[in-house]
Amino acid sequence: MRPFFQGQTALWMEQHATRALPPCLRVKRLGLAYHSRPVLADISLDILPQRITAIVGPSGTGKTSFLTCLNRLTDLIAGATVTGQIYLGELEIFSPAMDLLALRRRIGMIFQKPTPFPFSIKRNLEVPLREHGLRDRRRIEQVMQEALEQVGLWEEVKDRLHQSALSLSGGQQQRLCMARAIMLAPEVLLLDEPCSALDPLSSSVVEDLITRLRDRFSIVMVTHNLAQARRVADTVALFWPVNGVGRLIEQSATEQFFEDPQHEITRAYVRGYKG
Amino acid sequence: MQDIHGKSRARLEETLAALGAWIAAILVLGVFGWILGDLLWHGWPSLSWEFVFDAPRDAGRAGGIGPILVSTALLLGICLAVALPIGFGAALCLAELAARAAWPTRLIRRSLDILAGMPSILFGLFGNAVFCVILGFGFSLLSGGLTLACMVLPLVIRSADEALRSVPAQYRLSAAALGLSRGATLWHLIVPAALPGVLVGFTLAVGRALAETAALIFTSGYVDRLPHSLLDSGRALSVHIFDLAMNVPGGDAHAYASALVLVTMLLAINLVASRLGSRWSLCRMSSI
Repeated sequence: MRPFFQGQTALWMEQHATRALPPCLRVKRLGLAYHSRPVLADISLDILPQRITAIVGPSGTGKTSFLTCLNRLTDLIAGATVTGQIYLGELEIFSPAMDLLALRRRIGMIFQKPTPFPFSIKRNLEVPLREHGLRDRRRIEQVMQEALEQVGLWEEVKDRLHQSALSLSGGQQQRLCMARAIMLAPEVLLLDEPCSALDPLSSSVVEDLITRLRDRFSIVMVTHNLAQARRVADTVALFWPVNGVGRLIEQSATEQFFEDPQHEITRAYVRGYKG
Repeated sequence: MQDIHGKSRARLEETLAALGAWIAAILVLGVFGWILGDLLWHGWPSLSWEFVFDAPRDAGRAGGIGPILVSTALLLGICLAVALPIGFGAALCLAELAARAAWPTRLIRRSLDILAGMPSILFGLFGNAVFCVILGFGFSLLSGGLTLACMVLPLVIRSADEALRSVPAQYRLSAAALGLSRGATLWHLIVPAALPGVLVGFTLAVGRALAETAALIFTSGYVDRLPHSLLDSGRALSVHIFDLAMNVPGGDAHAYASALVLVTMLLAINLVASRLGSRWSLCRMSSI
């Protein structure tokens, strides 16, 4: 496990500065089953650094499940068994030696429904920072403010940091969750339909935010919204149920995916004939 | 025509249902009011500060219930000191176990439910055999308190367990996704979110322990002196009431007064529990 924070400002700054390191997730023949019922099979794809990879496909093709494999949240789900490999850089994610807490700090996740904790706005951000070893009060406040500014929430909440995070609107809650994830300086961000529970206005705010985060993180975003995938993503991957099991049909650059899809299912899907 | 008929019939059914509900409510309230009124009527004249603080004389016909309140408090103290940490710990283990071992958890929960419904006299006999005889504590506050702890433990575990389980699963997932350790998740998130519910369970357990008689007759004994150590025998308030009412001719007035004190304590505890409970549900609603 590489050292985190250690309460030293310098180290923290250095980690922020080395953000340009090329992290890359490589997924090799990934399979997932819940209580021996297969959900995903034979998924192989690469997540490119500093790009947005959109994962599209009809409901129930295991898109969200795929995300939970990437940060091993599957460990918390009873009856989930994973096969295949995922590499984060040189590290094999499923190896028993993997430090889970470090992994999840390096791969952050945002859920479909905003998931602020029932604390104040401030404490929502403070608890994870402290748990990851940042103790210096002034530094904590600085990191908090930076994160809130990055998600465009600082001006809206700076006078009520002590109010419950649950008093925020849905869009604000989602941005708070994004601030909470990015302040830990992850390399990869997993977004599970981050806009689908929001009203159109908040949704576009969050979408803008995602595009702005592109050059700092590798983003994997599940979305049902093809138009959004087209607007935002650099690469699009289509998951499709084959005999009830989610499989990767095609992964290609966004333009090619929509203009010149290679697979006939993709063609039918992007033209709205299927799915 | 048929429609109108159907409507008036529905209205009749509604009226009958409302009537039934009202009768049930009045019956419940009536019985409660009757008991309380009876206690106040017979008990109030004997009630005074002297009664609360003095030692009983003449087998309880005269004097007060001072030492008995002390014994009751000690019994309750031992019971809670043992049952709360063990109960809460067990509930935490159970909640954590649930994700990985579904059927053992179910089995444990079912067993706890059965234990919680067990007649207290069985706990009394168990406590007598284990604490008084095998462990050699004799008839003592320690034996009684430990027996009470055994008795309320299933209640404490199950209520804490329910409270922990009702914390949204999403909290655990999002905490894990932030790289929070399991300990940190429990400490910062799960336990605080479950705490009000846990407190309600604890308060109910206190109420149950306070009202217990049968289990204590076999374990903490009858002696109405002020206890000097935990290994002394001591008389709980409920045992005192039982004794005055059944074994002491002419003890009725003081039995009533003691009962009034006990009921007042129980009411106070229930009030606290319902307060905490409503605050809890408010918290939960606002978190959805």
